[in-house]
Amino acid sequence: MDRRRFLAGTAATVIVLPLVPASATQEAMAEAIRRVVGAATPIEGRVKLDVPPLVENGNTVPLTVTVESPMTTADYVRAIHVFNEKNPQPNVFSARLGPRNGKAVVGTRIKLGDSQRIVAVAETSDGRFWIAGADVIVTLAACLEEST
Amino acid sequence: MSNILVNAPKTARRGEIVEIKALILHPMETGFRPGPNGRIIPRNIIERFTATWNGAEIFAMEMSPAIAANPFVSFFAQANESGTVILRWTGDEGFAVEERVAIAVE
Repeated sequence: MDRRRFLAGTAATVIVLPLVPASATQEAMAEAIRRVVGAATPIEGRVKLDVPPLVENGNTVPLTVTVESPMTTADYVRAIHVFNEKNPQPNVFSARLGPRNGKAVVGTRIKLGDSQRIVAVAETSDGRFWIAGADVIVTLAACLEEST
Repeated sequence: MSNILVNAPKTARRGEIVEIKALILHPMETGFRPGPNGRIIPRNIIERFTATWNGAEIFAMEMSPAIAANPFVSFFAQANESGTVILRWTGDEGFAVEERVAIAVE
């Protein structure tokens, strides 16, 4: 096999890999966000989404959401929701918080089936919604390989 | 049957904001992956994680299959009084496990 054919073959293999069964889309993510915020328009800001911009393994990606809030009984974060656009489902998690948390910070590890945009939405006690997004490039996607 | 790792301070000053980290061994099978026989492996995930401090709920999280295997969660809590924090995981196939942590407030 000459070098050119070898390279072409490798490229083809790489392209075939990201065949995920039915995946969520930007529309599905937008719809999932709408279900949370209702008629409200989320405001950019207050939310910080910490996720590595480039991950080698989509099976476990550290993610931390931080929301600026005094977390007092008068002004606190009620909920934090995280969404994705290319996993099979748009929802990642929904956390419920209150003044007892002291800090509106939630950390976890997530799976990413492809390079995509992650969005976090926070609901504050005054009924407003805050939003932030982050793009993540995944070199080895989750959920593709057969389990052994 | 399940293994749980919790990281929380044993003592805290009154009013101090402490971090609680919890890790549990669980496959978080998505329900979207084919097994060796080509059939989809049925979903088996933890759907819900809650934390109570002396019985009052301080944190709750609804999980989806997009949470990585062996789910890790970290959150903060204000230490107002000495007490027991109960962490509870529930999910598919009747999964229900809890872990208790005592935090003494000085």
